[in-house]
Amino acid sequence: MPQIVVEELRKTFRVAERQAGAWGAVRGLVQRRQREVRALDGVSFALDAGEMVGYIGPNGAGKSTTVKVLSGILVPDSGRCEVMGRTPWQDRVAHVSGIGVVFGQRTQLWWDLPVIESFDLLRDIYRVPGSDYLRARDELVDLLNLAPLLDTPVRQLSLGQRMRCDLAASLLHSPSILFLDEPTIGLDAVSKLAVRGFVKTLNRQRGVTVILTTHDMDDIEALCSRVIVIGEGRILSDGTLEALRGRVSRERRLTIDLVDECEEVEDADASVIRREGPRVWLRYDPARVSTADLIARVTSRHAVRDLFVENPPIEEIIAELYGGREG
Amino acid sequence: MTPYVAILSGRFRTLLQYRAAAFAGAGTQLFWGLIRMMIFDAFYRSSAAPQPISLSQTITYIWLGQAMLGILPWNVDPDVRGMIRTGSVAYELLRPLDLYALWYSRAVAQRTAPTLLRSIPIFIVAGTFFGLRAPASLFALAAWILTTAGAILLSAAISSLLTISLLWTVSGEGVTRLVPGLVIALSGMIVPIQLFPEWSQPLVRALPFAQVVDTPFRAYLGTLGRSETASAIVVQLAWTGVLVLFGRWLVARAARRLVVQGG
Amino acid sequence: MVVETAPDSLRLYFRYAAVQLRAQMQYPASFWMMTVSFFLGMALEFAGIVILFHRFGTLRGWTLPEIAMLYSIMGIGIALAEGIGRGFDTFPALIKSGDFDRLLLRPRSTVLQVLGTDMQLMRAGRLLQALVILAWAVRVLPIEWTLPKCALLLLAMMGATCVFGGLFVLQATFCFWTIEGLEIWNAVTYGGNETAQYPLTVYRPWFRRFFTWVVPLACANYLPLGAILGRPDPLGAPPAVQWCAPLVGILFLLACLRVWRLGVRHYTSTGS
Repeated sequence: MPQIVVEELRKTFRVAERQAGAWGAVRGLVQRRQREVRALDGVSFALDAGEMVGYIGPNGAGKSTTVKVLSGILVPDSGRCEVMGRTPWQDRVAHVSGIGVVFGQRTQLWWDLPVIESFDLLRDIYRVPGSDYLRARDELVDLLNLAPLLDTPVRQLSLGQRMRCDLAASLLHSPSILFLDEPTIGLDAVSKLAVRGFVKTLNRQRGVTVILTTHDMDDIEALCSRVIVIGEGRILSDGTLEALRGRVSRERRLTIDLVDECEEVEDADASVIRREGPRVWLRYDPARVSTADLIARVTSRHAVRDLFVENPPIEEIIAELYGGREG
Repeated sequence: MTPYVAILSGRFRTLLQYRAAAFAGAGTQLFWGLIRMMIFDAFYRSSAAPQPISLSQTITYIWLGQAMLGILPWNVDPDVRGMIRTGSVAYELLRPLDLYALWYSRAVAQRTAPTLLRSIPIFIVAGTFFGLRAPASLFALAAWILTTAGAILLSAAISSLLTISLLWTVSGEGVTRLVPGLVIALSGMIVPIQLFPEWSQPLVRALPFAQVVDTPFRAYLGTLGRSETASAIVVQLAWTGVLVLFGRWLVARAARRLVVQGG
Repeated sequence: MVVETAPDSLRLYFRYAAVQLRAQMQYPASFWMMTVSFFLGMALEFAGIVILFHRFGTLRGWTLPEIAMLYSIMGIGIALAEGIGRGFDTFPALIKSGDFDRLLLRPRSTVLQVLGTDMQLMRAGRLLQALVILAWAVRVLPIEWTLPKCALLLLAMMGATCVFGGLFVLQATFCFWTIEGLEIWNAVTYGGNETAQYPLTVYRPWFRRFFTWVVPLACANYLPLGAILGRPDPLGAPPAVQWCAPLVGILFLLACLRVWRLGVRHYTSTGS
């Protein structure tokens, strides 16, 4: 029995268009020109309890709309949605008690209060029994290293510290599902690692279902085995990361650092994408030439200081996937 | 001189864009005017004793008040307040430009543009339906225009002072709450000064606030003779001068304090 | 599953209040200054009324102390409504910043949470001023204070608070549809406050009807005060109506809360 089921979700927004100029403003008072935006155009997928899913797509693709529907604060025009056996927007209070949501851009903590007081207030709001609260709180403080921050007002925290506190805050009531919306945006490298480590532990050890919306592909690579790609309100891909890569292109990247900056690099089976000083990026198809062969050829022809092999960046994969739809 | 004129006209044009708000505001003003009209009407009917001004004059006075409400210095410059709150005003204070003149120009625009937008519909509607009479004579019209100009300059000086007071944060917040209320009450906006107790009238008229409302309205009603009009304008300009000098002194003081304390 | 019980909600409300209190008391100087300025501001307003009575003597047969009673009941009502319901007053900012979504993500009533976002204690200045004037009026007026009359007075204050509270809720609900045109609400709220400071008989019929049936401020002070002062209503309302009138204020608030729920429903179906 899947924990989350979404079937043929549709949602269209009507956006009022501002007309330019003074005359346009006057006309605007009388007739409102409206644009229809199809945010969701038949979205369907199902998640089992304990899964960790990456939900990606270009801006305006419908990611945040889906999350809003799943969290119960937006009612779709049509389609079915069931989370833990409930329809989110119909049973708001009951539904919301079992989920946690973290927005990367906005904190849910009280700006002027010390962190620990925000936590206490949330305990009262979520009606968490005393002993459960203390246990959950202490565990989270431990896992996220929040002990030195507890007495600091939220407004004095750095972005990384605030995100860790927000993560803890969203889990004080021990929800079974956690929605993360751009959790690592704007964070420094250390904080990003801390957040990713925590989310991984949460999912692996506690079995919390995690839905991660992000633009940061490192997040996806680090955390998600399953990736759902959405574009223009439709699901473009739903499967593992490898499958996604495979679907779009099999190519790989070889990056080499030349000793002699000005050397020309040429190969029958590889093409140069870009050069920057001594660094050259090459693209090749591992089906045509094996990685080992290519490396051998290149290093025998040129003096190479360093090299590495990697998959193409996800953004390109997505763009290709998305562009391929239009073609 | 020209940069400040440019600032004035720029701000003026920006404020003129708030047309929708102006219409809603005019509606609100008409509502208030109606309430006041009915109340004063009832008061006048309750007493047979002769009054210093007639009911119809009071009604005109009230509607003038609603139309000209924007002239009163009841709000500070919102952009400047934001600047002070974020602290970026420190940069402005240390710059070699005449900050007071800048703020004063903005204040003049702030007092004029919204009033212009709102007063026209009020004049039309109240004039047609609710008893707002035309000026008593051609001279009254001219006197009214002149004294209103003086009132705007004076009011801008007062609101500039209010804005400047925000530089002293704690006391500033309280002052900006209290003073507008005081100003409005003592200017004649709520009760025409002619209806104040006789003994208090000269005292209230001595304050600058009455010059912003009462003086132009009396000119409109034709109760100011030629020499009285002239002396009224002189008083307006004198008060304006005093407050402008005081405001400039305060700004200089704030700038000096900033240099000493470092913000 | 989970039911929002009244004592439960109250407990959370007091938690919110404690938080707000502590935050506002962090700046005691500013707090006191604001309180004093509210007090003085309102005192000036009443001074205007005193001046008019000094000149004209009576208002259609009503004396200054009687007007003072009308004035103070409205003053108490609006001060309490402003102080408690401040969250609804600042609601446009909440919607604009998107933080209302966060309230929907919590398993509590939206009304309770919105109330909890802001409370203004400094409105106590206005409350105090209204109480002072009420005390003076009670002392001066030759009323026989029976228990039912005292109860009616308290009920009138409650009714006034409810009507103003309802207006604040309506004003905030409006934001679900548009953020423009909010000034009209100020006209009704504060204009209504000013209107109801004087006896209803002063006004034109359509005005009277608006403030009795649409925004029932008259039910909260003019009518019950008629009963307390022993004045029969020249407009023909029987004594029974005068005694029960404040209840209309409570019904008004309940109706406004209903409209609020509609507004929330609209918000969740159209998105931000």
